[in-house]
Amino acid sequence: MRHIISIRDLDRAGVDRLLDAAVEVEAKRYDPGLLCGKILGLLFFEPSTRTRMSFESAMARLGGISLTMDSVEASSVAKGETLADTIRVVSGYVDAIVLRHPREGAARLASEFASVPVINAGDGAGQHPSQTLLDLYTIRKSMPIEGVRVGLLGDLRYGRTTHSLAMALSLYGAEIAAIAPKGLELPSGIIRELADRGTHVAEYGAVEDVIADLDVLYVTRIQRERFPDAASYLDAASSYRITPELVAGAKGSMIILHPLPRVDEIDPRVDALPNAKYFEQAHHGVSVRMAMLGEVMT
Amino acid sequence: MTSDRPRDLLISPIRHGTVIDHITAGQALNVLRILGITGTTAESVSVATNVASSHVGKKDIVKIENRELRKEEVDRIALIAPNATINIIREFAVTEKKGVETPAELSGVVRCPNPGCISNTAEPARSRFIVTPNGLRCHYCDWLVTKEIAEHIL
Repeated sequence: MRHIISIRDLDRAGVDRLLDAAVEVEAKRYDPGLLCGKILGLLFFEPSTRTRMSFESAMARLGGISLTMDSVEASSVAKGETLADTIRVVSGYVDAIVLRHPREGAARLASEFASVPVINAGDGAGQHPSQTLLDLYTIRKSMPIEGVRVGLLGDLRYGRTTHSLAMALSLYGAEIAAIAPKGLELPSGIIRELADRGTHVAEYGAVEDVIADLDVLYVTRIQRERFPDAASYLDAASSYRITPELVAGAKGSMIILHPLPRVDEIDPRVDALPNAKYFEQAHHGVSVRMAMLGEVMT
Repeated sequence: MTSDRPRDLLISPIRHGTVIDHITAGQALNVLRILGITGTTAESVSVATNVASSHVGKKDIVKIENRELRKEEVDRIALIAPNATINIIREFAVTEKKGVETPAELSGVVRCPNPGCISNTAEPARSRFIVTPNGLRCHYCDWLVTKEIAEHIL
């Protein structure tokens, strides 16, 4: 039985296999009845629009059906049931489980109690491997991932989407430029781990200092809940903004990604530039998730 | 004669059991916590802290009577007392002497410092850490504990 919990669990061959499968899906070279007769259980203990809908869409396109629990209030969880018990029970109803949960490590725990495959669709500030895979997929659509120079911009301290992406990029010998406002720098433990994996991280305080050298600029938003007051949040959030003027100083081939939703960190005028790939990136969610379902459910 | 008396009290021999020597000074009580030996367990335990040592300046010593610690038990102390030596005593004689080796994984020893980690809830998740060169990585949430490991001991 195969689970997809963390990008750390995947080696280069495993990531390539999923990305290759997503290419086939996008080219419409897949069996639309592949998961006919199968049921996917979506357990969403936190609100989500795009992740939930893209998994439901992926399952429907492969001929299967989805059962979704997205209201904790109307479930046995409201009666105090543990996640472990919920997972054991739901394992009897479905052929695979997609889990989103506010607690970090919830998907790992679920995989230990499930009798069907578990896919992590985000656990708190923790792992979100389907996001990382579609980030990689979007890069690969524009350029080979090998040796690519990626600028990670935003809250690199708490934003573990960027940590997962950095780990995945290290499988491809990518170079990483970590660009963060003061106090939100990439944790030293992560930098050391990346170094152990052969990936050099160069740190910058301002995107202007490095944008000319980048192949990919991965922008993230600053999360308001990480700050004690509105003033310090605004201070960090207003410290960077991607504008057409800034992008003019980059390579013409540089692509801009963002896991969305964005707030103010990308000027809407950037959307019209050929560099902007973030909406395309979101659309790739279905192909990548079809590849993931195909991998664990067949 | 009188000057030898306190020394005898400090390191009086035991008949059967385990002597853990060369513990990093100040870590003896944490070693006992990791081994799950508390005042309510049955063992007769002697603890000496900050004992003068010709090799390391100061060290701690723990003696546990009538209990021979297994290798997997003593390896759990490697993180806070990497130079400790374990002496298994039978009939007052050292029958076995070994060092400690850092285990690949630690279960039920360290609490994850991440308040958002699933292992800090009522879920049936036992604390579990992978030992890496950079520190301890939580099996559940990937949190990396790099320093003051003793502060997180359960």
